[in-house]
Amino acid sequence: MLKPIVEYKDVHKSFGEVEVLKGINLDIYPGEKIAVIGPSGSGKTTIIRMLMTLEEPTSGDIYVDGKNLWKMEKNGEMVRANEKHLREIRSDIGMVFQHFNLFPHMTILENCMTAPIHVKKEDKEEVRERSIHMLERVGLGDKLNNYPSQLSGGQKQRVAMARALVMRPKIMLFDEVTSALDPELVGEVLEVIRDLAKHEDMAMVLVTHEMDFALDIADKVLFLDKGIIAEQGTAREVIEQSDNARLQEFLRRFRK
Amino acid sequence: MKWNWEIFFDAFPFVLQGLGITVGLTVTCYLFALLLGFFWTFLRRVPSRPFHWFVTWAMEFIRSTPPLVQLFFIYYAWPMIPGVGVTLSPFASAVLGLGIHFSTYIGEIYRSGIESVDKGQWEAATALNFSTYQKWRKIILPQAVPPVIPMLGNYFIIMFKEVPLASTVGAAGILYMANTYGARNWAYLEPLTIVGIIFLLLSYPSAIFIKKLERKMNTRFDKNTILENSQKGAVL
Amino acid sequence: MIKINALIEVFPQLARGLGITVSVLIAAAIFSYIMAFAAGLCRLSKNVFIRKATSVYVEIFRGTSLIVQLFWLYYAIPMLFGIQLGSNWWTGVIAIGLNYGAYMSEVVRGSILSVAKGQTEAAIALNMSPFQRMRLVIFPQALRMMLPEFSNYTIQMLKATSLVSLIGMTDILYYGDIIRSANLSQAPIVYVLVLIFYFLLALPLIFLQRKAEEISKKGVASQ
Repeated sequence: MLKPIVEYKDVHKSFGEVEVLKGINLDIYPGEKIAVIGPSGSGKTTIIRMLMTLEEPTSGDIYVDGKNLWKMEKNGEMVRANEKHLREIRSDIGMVFQHFNLFPHMTILENCMTAPIHVKKEDKEEVRERSIHMLERVGLGDKLNNYPSQLSGGQKQRVAMARALVMRPKIMLFDEVTSALDPELVGEVLEVIRDLAKHEDMAMVLVTHEMDFALDIADKVLFLDKGIIAEQGTAREVIEQSDNARLQEFLRRFRK
Repeated sequence: MKWNWEIFFDAFPFVLQGLGITVGLTVTCYLFALLLGFFWTFLRRVPSRPFHWFVTWAMEFIRSTPPLVQLFFIYYAWPMIPGVGVTLSPFASAVLGLGIHFSTYIGEIYRSGIESVDKGQWEAATALNFSTYQKWRKIILPQAVPPVIPMLGNYFIIMFKEVPLASTVGAAGILYMANTYGARNWAYLEPLTIVGIIFLLLSYPSAIFIKKLERKMNTRFDKNTILENSQKGAVL
Repeated sequence: MIKINALIEVFPQLARGLGITVSVLIAAAIFSYIMAFAAGLCRLSKNVFIRKATSVYVEIFRGTSLIVQLFWLYYAIPMLFGIQLGSNWWTGVIAIGLNYGAYMSEVVRGSILSVAKGQTEAAIALNMSPFQRMRLVIFPQALRMMLPEFSNYTIQMLKATSLVSLIGMTDILYYGDIIRSANLSQAPIVYVLVLIFYFLLALPLIFLQRKAEEISKKGVASQ
């Protein structure tokens, strides 16, 4: 049987007094496309931010490829992971942010090239070719030397995806990538994601409010409510067979 | 020669005699600069392009040349100008010199305060048919002044630290007293250290006070943005 | 009224001080930039001791007057340690450099802190090391933000160089004072010329500052 690439084991997360995640158990398999839906404040974003090492779990463990992400062994004891340990595991993971977070002082080509060159120490020419190819694929082959400030929101987000893809992650995380976009720009970004979901064999986790899109492309849908995974299954299972009242209400409100 | 506590305690009361002048000079220079700042702000609002250009560069000239030279000009050179020359005391020269120099900075602060008031406020005031005086008095100034109070406070501390320049023309503040003591006893280290300590003791707490004030003003006037930000942090 | 003769007489004498004014400015500026970056980065250090020690330096130099610091260094250092700081030139450079270094370290620290949090997160997501994050992402943006403040402080430093005349350095103001004490009636023309000298030196810096403001508006993610 296939082994999961990511495992969450009873993961809790509190911000101050507020416990936003109350015990998450989740397996992500290689190549799996997962959509995380749920009301705002339910902890969706926190789930993927912990995997990206941007937030540390309060308790519980996350395993990537069988290795504990936030803990490491030292002198026979499990201790808090150091930067080196995090960096080792992090190389499998990429992320696209709600607010793009492109580097404003670099051209979009440089945005794509900087990490492979400096982090992965790859050959510059090879990286350049791959970056150009990737930018062409997201439809921005004619903007290579533009700066992010010269692009529309949708274009920025497509650059952000290319930048993450050039690193060849095994798992891609999408954090509400269309939420900060003007409505007319959402489509072009979703098109790129749809293309990736169809043709790339990496695992993808999408936190999103684009309900129809999520249900359409996802192998598995998670409904997060009040800090727990309240419902999970294929899109069909979640929509048609679930008798979770809050999920049904949520779907009614957000599906077009 | 080494550090000598005897000299230190001997010099202390002597240097302290200058504190009245230093503080008095700071307050007077500052008030004068506050007043003169209005003058610059007003001049810059005169709607004539060449005049505006002239005022801007006059301010730039005053601001980017050393206050020490300006002080010397007022103290030594002004009395020598036939017709308009007046001999001023060291104290008055310092008030005029430092006051004019820093009024150009203060004027800019006023301007930034006025410009920070949203354009819609002017339009709303006009729509409600306020007179020009009422507009300023009731709408613009109440919004323009509070946000710049911390900045103005900062300039009080800056002025305090610039006032020792006046010792060069003979205003007997603490630095002047320390130098006098030094020349008499050929012991500069202790009196100058005392001056440093006095400055630190007075300016550091004031700086902390201003910082607090700034934070308070920020929360008062940017409540909306802060609220927005805190909510942004909370939405997951 | 304006005596052309006097002008012709005074101008070259003042110009003799140009070398000292400019050299003190350049040396003090370089020294202060180095101090600013060193102290600014130290204040962001994880090590509590380094942080505290640096803030003592910053607060002492920001809390007292430059002129007091200059005199203190001028008189006190030889007395305290029995050493000469090479020359008065060095005393001036070190005093101005330490003083403005302390002010500008706050600019360095503030700019680094104000680069948006999302930038660090994106750098982490691309698996950059902490050093790479600083070097490739945070620092280049912070640097752009610092430029206007740095050029503004450089103008302040130009003005501050006039203080070195008080410790016997033969700068522009020093020669001005010499002419004035020889012939008081020339004081107006002397000091007006001195002011014009300083203004001409400041002009390129003023334009640099305006340029810096333009640059800093571009290419920075803050919010």
